[in-house]
Amino acid sequence: MDLQTTIYLVVGASFALYIAIAFWAKAGSTSEFYVAGGGIGPRMNGMATAADWMSAASFISMAGLISNMGYGGGLFLMGWTGGYVLLALLLAPYLRKFGKFTVPQFIGDRYYSKSASTVAVLCLLTASLTYVIGQMTGVGVAFSRFLGVSNEVGVYVGMGIVFVYAVLGGMKGITYTQVAQYWVLVIAYTIPAIFISIQLTGNPIPQLGLGADLIGTDISLLQKLDSIVVDLGFDKYTTSMPGSMLNMFLYTLSLMIGTAGLPHVIMRFFTVKTVADARSSAGWALIFIAILYTTAPAVGAMAKLNLLRTVTPGVVMQNADIYAKDAAVEYAKRPDWMARWEKTGLLKFEDKNGDGHIQYYNDKTKNEASKAKFDEAGWKGNELTVNPDIIVLANPEIALLPNWVIALVAAGGLAAALSTAAGLLLAISSAISHDLVKGVFNPKISEKNELLAGKFAMAGAILVAGYLGLNPPGFAAGTVALAFGIAASSLFPAIMMGIFSKKMNKEGAIAGMLAGLFITLFYVFAHKGIFFIKGTDFVDMIGGPNPFFGVSPEAFGAVGAAFNFIVAFAVDKVTKEPPAHIQHLVESVRTPRGSKAVDGAH
Amino acid sequence: MEKSGEAYWKATLGLLTKILMVWFLVSFGAGILFADMLNNIHLGGYPLGFWFAQQGSIYIFVALIFYYGKKMGEIDRKFDVHED
Repeated sequence: MDLQTTIYLVVGASFALYIAIAFWAKAGSTSEFYVAGGGIGPRMNGMATAADWMSAASFISMAGLISNMGYGGGLFLMGWTGGYVLLALLLAPYLRKFGKFTVPQFIGDRYYSKSASTVAVLCLLTASLTYVIGQMTGVGVAFSRFLGVSNEVGVYVGMGIVFVYAVLGGMKGITYTQVAQYWVLVIAYTIPAIFISIQLTGNPIPQLGLGADLIGTDISLLQKLDSIVVDLGFDKYTTSMPGSMLNMFLYTLSLMIGTAGLPHVIMRFFTVKTVADARSSAGWALIFIAILYTTAPAVGAMAKLNLLRTVTPGVVMQNADIYAKDAAVEYAKRPDWMARWEKTGLLKFEDKNGDGHIQYYNDKTKNEASKAKFDEAGWKGNELTVNPDIIVLANPEIALLPNWVIALVAAGGLAAALSTAAGLLLAISSAISHDLVKGVFNPKISEKNELLAGKFAMAGAILVAGYLGLNPPGFAAGTVALAFGIAASSLFPAIMMGIFSKKMNKEGAIAGMLAGLFITLFYVFAHKGIFFIKGTDFVDMIGGPNPFFGVSPEAFGAVGAAFNFIVAFAVDKVTKEPPAHIQHLVESVRTPRGSKAVDGAH
Repeated sequence: MEKSGEAYWKATLGLLTKILMVWFLVSFGAGILFADMLNNIHLGGYPLGFWFAQQGSIYIFVALIFYYGKKMGEIDRKFDVHED
């Protein structure tokens, strides 16, 4: 069977499964629509959370980023997992005890203020909408790369699939499809990794293979990788870091706090039965996430080595001279997969010195000794440009794995994008139907009508997400920084203070949220333009790029969060303390006894 | 009840502090601040600081959450605030 047919079959089968689940898990009440009826077991919720969490970026891009960044890529790994410790210890069990449908509802009730919940709704909508754009473009990319259809068709098909199970089933449909999607994506991710690990190290467990010796040699894989990339003028793989140590520190912290504050993840913990379940469910979620996240660095390093092995065949497994005339592969004799991916534009070759061979190295190195060697070898600049996304997408082809593995990777990428999109869309639609329609405009709405409003909001959110996916505002890469920045600087501190400080009042919380949000947006927009509109950046006005101790905008969320805390406590000090019943509410949120099923009462 | 409520919260905060210290040490400490120093030690083919940043901290995070769940259960029962 040819590759294209195999991909259609595997992806088609996975879609059929999701749609079958949708018809089996229809939502008939608001409780089913918002929190899947509230009876999901901790392990199953952990799986759904893992799929909810692991997005197109985690699946498609992360290993490639690590592959390029080396050691510094660890900031994604630690940031996106360490957040679960914060979520489990500081937020999830208490919000579950509070027992309401949405995150803004907690903020509104705890700070006895419609304005507070409205600010929270705004933060939630901005964070979730920017995040969902990335998922929709991810769906388009996966479709166009693997199924040979246009981006547009890909996004429409993706919208259609999500529409069926998210509108029909709400959280209930989403939960069960996410469980299925988890298995599709984790199998698709680990199988190629296992094969590659065996090929390079003889060890079938990638996590161990990364720390093992190259097969048939007594030199470790990482040591070999280090020495080759240094020869090619790159920084040493196991120590290279983006920016300063302070930047890496704050970047990691921002991702952690942002992870814990993202509403679509927090919401998943409203679906479990008890407070104790919420605690253990966070642990299960992290186990399921860790299976992929501990594999990713192996994929990153091994794919890099495989790429070098393709470009300079004798250098990796034997000790051929990397600067020798025939060390680099001839362009005419390059493997088929390179030719295939050149068509997509993700891989580019330009024969700068006209020798017909592919030279891949860092021509921007500052090291004079390396430069001299490059000149002596007759190299005239780097000739191969590799988009980081290739590392996962082309991985099975680079390792010469069978067609069904390639098909599985296509299905896995789509599962990752669709499962995260669905979770985000639910966060958006429940904020609209529950916090705005019921909470602000029409508190007397019947349950039946609220359910209908929820479904309409979901359908509307899908259309908006699809539109943005088709017409991405030209800042796809900036969106993740923005979503995490907003969650870290506004939502996380407000929720945490609501639980851990009995005396925090509405004035303090609202001022803190707005201050954190404003300073973070200011810093991000200064670098990337106001609402990412080209030409409106004003970074020179605040002293050039990264003016705050060299901190990049992606790493600024933690600073925004600190700002939020400081402003909140300062304002809290000079305004009057919250009423007694609110302080009792905090006390009751802190103890598990008396937890009840999550409901929507205001 | 008021007294025991306060004592319960104090015990909870004590546990959270302990766990967050480990959380900080393995990621920000071993994975970032002291990574260079730890890289002189090897774990198989892994330099130790690199291992903490890309593998070790994640395993320890998982263990921390389950430890937290277990210990919180014990505290809940000790102060008689557990769910039925």
